[in-house]
Amino acid sequence: MESWIPFIPEAASTFARRVDALYFYLTGVTLFFTVLISVVLAFFVVKYRRRTPYETPRPVAGSLKLETIWTVIPFLIAMSMFAWGTSVYFSQYRMPSNAMEIYVVGKQWMWKFQHTTGQREINELHIPVGRKIKLIMTTEDVIHSFFVPAFRTKSDVVPGRYTSVWFEATKPGRYHLFCAEYCGMNHSGMGGWVEVMDPRDYDNWLSGNANQQSPVAAGQQLYAATLGCASCHGEKGEGGRGPTLNGLFGTSVLLEGGNKVTADETYIRESILNPQAKLAAGFKPIMPTFAGQVTEEQLLQLVAYIKSLSPSKTEGTQTTGSTVQTGAQTGLATPAGQGAKSTESQRMNPLNSTAPRPGSSSSGSHQAGGPPR
Amino acid sequence: MSTRATSIEQFEPPRPSRVNYLNAQYGIKSWLLTKDHKRIGLLYLMSISVFFLLGGVYAMLIRLELLTPQGDLVQAQTYNKLFTQHGIIMVFFFLIPSIPATLGNFLVPLMIGAKDLAFPRINLLSWYIYMLGGIITIWALLNGGVDTGWTFYAPYSTTFSNTYVVATGLGIFINGFSSILTGLNFIVTIHTMRAPGMTWFRLPLFIWSHYATSLIMVLGTPVIAITVLLLAFERLAHVGIFDPAFGGDPILFQHLFWFYSHPAVYIMVLPGMGVVSELIANFSRKNIFGYSFVAFSSIAIAVFGFLVWGHHMFVSGQSVYAGMIFSFLSFAVAIPSAVKVFNWTATLYKGSISYDTPMLYGLGFIGLFIIGGMTGLFLAAMGTDVHLTDTYFVVAHFHYVMVGGTLLAYLGGLHYWWPKITGRMYPEMWAKFAALIVFVGFNLTFFPQFLLGYMGMPRRYQAYAPEFQVLHVFSTAGASILGIGLLIPVTYFIWSFRYGKVAGANPWRLPGLEWRTPSPPPTENFAVTPVVTWEAYEFAPPEELEVVGKFDRGDEPDHPAIAT
Repeated sequence: MESWIPFIPEAASTFARRVDALYFYLTGVTLFFTVLISVVLAFFVVKYRRRTPYETPRPVAGSLKLETIWTVIPFLIAMSMFAWGTSVYFSQYRMPSNAMEIYVVGKQWMWKFQHTTGQREINELHIPVGRKIKLIMTTEDVIHSFFVPAFRTKSDVVPGRYTSVWFEATKPGRYHLFCAEYCGMNHSGMGGWVEVMDPRDYDNWLSGNANQQSPVAAGQQLYAATLGCASCHGEKGEGGRGPTLNGLFGTSVLLEGGNKVTADETYIRESILNPQAKLAAGFKPIMPTFAGQVTEEQLLQLVAYIKSLSPSKTEGTQTTGSTVQTGAQTGLATPAGQGAKSTESQRMNPLNSTAPRPGSSSSGSHQAGGPPR
Repeated sequence: MSTRATSIEQFEPPRPSRVNYLNAQYGIKSWLLTKDHKRIGLLYLMSISVFFLLGGVYAMLIRLELLTPQGDLVQAQTYNKLFTQHGIIMVFFFLIPSIPATLGNFLVPLMIGAKDLAFPRINLLSWYIYMLGGIITIWALLNGGVDTGWTFYAPYSTTFSNTYVVATGLGIFINGFSSILTGLNFIVTIHTMRAPGMTWFRLPLFIWSHYATSLIMVLGTPVIAITVLLLAFERLAHVGIFDPAFGGDPILFQHLFWFYSHPAVYIMVLPGMGVVSELIANFSRKNIFGYSFVAFSSIAIAVFGFLVWGHHMFVSGQSVYAGMIFSFLSFAVAIPSAVKVFNWTATLYKGSISYDTPMLYGLGFIGLFIIGGMTGLFLAAMGTDVHLTDTYFVVAHFHYVMVGGTLLAYLGGLHYWWPKITGRMYPEMWAKFAALIVFVGFNLTFFPQFLLGYMGMPRRYQAYAPEFQVLHVFSTAGASILGIGLLIPVTYFIWSFRYGKVAGANPWRLPGLEWRTPSPPPTENFAVTPVVTWEAYEFAPPEELEVVGKFDRGDEPDHPAIAT
């Protein structure tokens, strides 16, 4: 897992070497000042050691010039670190428009992933090398943090909102995935692996796990049938008693009261769970809340479906893999019929889903069994 | 080290003094109802030492668990309680009160020539509040403890943890008032009770740093009290402040928590810087270089320290532009600390440097504080912070500041003023030996953790990937050495109370006011109110002033004195 430089983890993303370069700069400056001060200290301590108990050295006046020098120079060095650090950070947090999206749900104590083609994974994430990957993340319970040291990337996963992070892997391999934010009893067990694959291997992997419902298809099913969103927002999102959803994503929405909000993932999520929080202008506050009726994963599927209604805003976010939309074709067929291979898909079944969010520390959080360790 | 008669005998009062603050009254009641700042300082010293030992036991258990990659010594939840309780005890019940409540309590009146603090009864009250908070917290720990981490992040703490969050929070809430009262007492005392002639710019730098610390205590501590209160409301009544399930915002908790807890870092380290300024100047028998820069850098740290809390949250989902501003300010707050280090170093120039134990701690502080401070820049730079936050790099960084900084300064200060506090010397050879052990043990414990952090080892992990084990073994070995190094002073301090050499009023032959009264001082500190006619650290008369640098300021003292 280590690179040829001791104590530096493997660098497997486009950021990694940039972060390393900044780290080496900081380490160099730290070493320089540590050595400089230590040598000067040691020199003074030896040279000016007390020779007789009663000596009184002459007092030395301060020097404005020296004070200025050792205020301004460290400040300039600090500003260079600030500028460099900020530029690296901004490149990590400015989301690319053409990234492949993967949905992530954290829960005590596992990571759940869903690819746009429908494949689900727990504690393992397969991604192709050389493609920009954007994770859209939330959590069912407490705060977690998605951390892949080899990618030098980390982002907290916060309940009640979506956070995003992106990266581009540069070499195939198997890299540690950690939860970096303390999340309770089995925090140190909430980890796994990121498997970076050659694009062809990745396609093979995708097709080998193909018979699952894509998030868009699952979202459409929830929209049209399970939750009945279509009765107000229209069969295909064309609107009705509720605002139109076609072309909504990424636009600016005028709210009742004159404010504006960008229709991003977090806004859509909030409007499902708490419709009156940011009411679109011209509509009555008649939408019921769906809090408690949908799980975080179902919310992500609804968001994916609503995003798919705005093709121009989300173009280029499809995967390379074969898209098998069985869910869209089977329509109302019971989901348990298609994806009963894993306990995970059963949990995803809206008909017997568990409470989406435990009310206390113990209830609900153990029902899926422990994470595969 | 010589304990012979001093070169400034003219100031020395007759010794040995028959009645001092220790033997003026006897009996447990005379201690528990005392209004003497020196006795209260000793009460704090004893209680803080108990908490420190408790926190140290937790630390050793943590290090033992981490000897192997598997979580095999204790259960997962037990481990989580260990690091939580280690943090809570060490931060709230040891580091924050350590120097101000013991050395500060004892020395602030002595150094400014006052009989006591401005509010002696409030001073005693603050100790009782501290004990009440401590007892409630210990009660909570004995009943099952708490497992949220000392940071109490919501919604884990509000909704998911089924441990004693509210009881522990109550202990911290109550304890906070002890800080506020101590800070208030110091501010009023420093403003109103300086001896005649003791102008602001004649104050020892220990006083300046305590003044800055007190400002943070008074302004910052109410915020943590409010935060803990809101946390308890949320946990008990689900009012919807921090938990998104009830409409709250978990990031808000982090803002409130760090708004206090980052300045709290400066509550912990500023008094240490004050102690080190004393040690460096006095043990090289020199006036401090750039007095006013060192003094005002403390104030600058106190002010800027309130504006940098967001650097704990670069990956939390806060706005990237907010992050940018916090990053900038975090770099800015590093500058006053750098200025202090440069001035301490320059103070040694042409000094008469002794190698007494307090000076060894002072020099050790500077070395470790450079590393601790500069590694903070790695975390202020957002590009590296993303990778390093919540890893062992952070753990190593704040232990370099808190242990390498505050603890070393505290030990240095204890050795330095021990003859004043007890009237007895500690055994010098043992003390030097212990200082060396502590220095080596400390570095062996925490340096490997920087490397672990960059390699990607997350903090608060009981079980970890096998490739991290070698460095963890080094760290545990270092912790064992550090533990032994810390037990030695405990032993000889207790021993010297009774058997140490009699110190005399001024064993180090220093000009500071606290050395111009007998050791131990009488209850009223000074037989006659002193009149101060000299500058701080004035070892030689000012007409011998030597000027360095280009800016010749002639015979003027470093700073114009400000009339009181």
